[in-house]
Amino acid sequence: MQLVIRVTVNGTPHEALVEPRRLLADFLREDLGLTGTHLGCEHGVCGACTVLLDGESVRSCLLFAIQANGRSVMTVEGLAAADGSLHPIQTAFWEEHGLQCGFCTPGFLMTTYELLQANGAPTEHEIRAAISGNLCRCTGYQNIVRAVQSAAQRMGAAVGTPVASA
Amino acid sequence: MKPSSFEYIAPRSLDEAVDSLSRYGGAAKVLAGGQSLVPLMNLRLASPEVLVDINGLDELGRLQAWDGGLSVGALVRQSVLGGADLVRQRLPLLAEASALIGHPAIRHRGTVGGSLAHADPAAELPAAMLALEATFLARGPRGERSVPAAEFFSGYLTTTLEPDELLTEIHVPGVPPRTGNAFVEVARRSGDFAICGAAGLVTLNASGRCDRVRIALCGVGTGPVRARRVEEALVGEVPGGSGLVDAAQRVVDEIDPPSDIHGSAAYRRKLAAVVVRRAVELAAQRAGA
Repeated sequence: MQLVIRVTVNGTPHEALVEPRRLLADFLREDLGLTGTHLGCEHGVCGACTVLLDGESVRSCLLFAIQANGRSVMTVEGLAAADGSLHPIQTAFWEEHGLQCGFCTPGFLMTTYELLQANGAPTEHEIRAAISGNLCRCTGYQNIVRAVQSAAQRMGAAVGTPVASA
Repeated sequence: MKPSSFEYIAPRSLDEAVDSLSRYGGAAKVLAGGQSLVPLMNLRLASPEVLVDINGLDELGRLQAWDGGLSVGALVRQSVLGGADLVRQRLPLLAEASALIGHPAIRHRGTVGGSLAHADPAAELPAAMLALEATFLARGPRGERSVPAAEFFSGYLTTTLEPDELLTEIHVPGVPPRTGNAFVEVARRSGDFAICGAAGLVTLNASGRCDRVRIALCGVGTGPVRARRVEEALVGEVPGGSGLVDAAQRVVDEIDPPSDIHGSAAYRRKLAAVVVRRAVELAAQRAGA
């Protein structure tokens, strides 16, 4: 059994034939070649595969690709500009050493993107609550929290709004 | 770590969904938020032959005022229940319980009906619904029936829903004036299933004593557990001091908690008395505020 789905990924419409059991994460990686979305645990614990579905963070390992039919997905590949220049969140993670091995990073970046869309100046507590569903085995999270704070400042500065001190 | 093949059905109406379930019986599973079912499928602990995806049934996604309380469609996402003003105003216990489920990305997909029908004994919403004395509406080939929360949960991951029945809506009655609520749980990490948790509702009378108390726990049995002896012991008490400690202690006679990697049965008994006391204290405080 295969079904046709139409999904917009990072602004580009795609049409594909998928088996119902195809996970969204595998669809993105295997069928579309978007390997930025990482699969860690494949059962919804680690958060590495987090993508945005119609703007809301979801585990792409717990969603079938057919469930994204007619909807819009944003992956980590959708963050950087077309010319390759990094998104302020990516720059902040680089500058603040918010990653070491980088495996969990796509999930953290998408989770941070969602947080900062809703709340331009999150407190440390709000940041920790937002990233609580993403596991990182390298950093100990301190630099990730700093990176999110730094990203909030960079993005606030970019649109010229006042920024709360981190 | 990939699900096995299944036949996918996306019904366009409630009747179609029920038809599919009755046609395939136990071979079919309902796919709502998928936050419990899909991990089980990825691990091949579950391999349903047919998935009936109800996500397209918009009529199951309604959250509305109902008779002083709320009518919650089975497909209402946990993030919506946790954030809606209507819930905060009418039944803040449900908002508080929802915020304790998993993480934001889980709550964006996870549904109220899914959590109740899955009936994990450590889950928050079953305990909250039991404390609130909610009524569950189910649709099957024989029509609609309503099941009180106390008769819905029948054992470990088991409910009294038939394989061809679909949970459609939950009616949650309103609470009396001067009622406070609290959901208190202990978990090793934020977002984990609770080792033990308690939902408490306390209604105070004019002299500040407990008039009506409702308590239900998660993580201490094969399903959510109502603590009736504690409730009875608290009526007429001032919600504080040694009376509360003694009453909360009665919970240990009402539960038969499991031992597992997260905690022994003895530890859960101790914890149960603590979370009950804290939930009642906090609920009473909020009732007076």
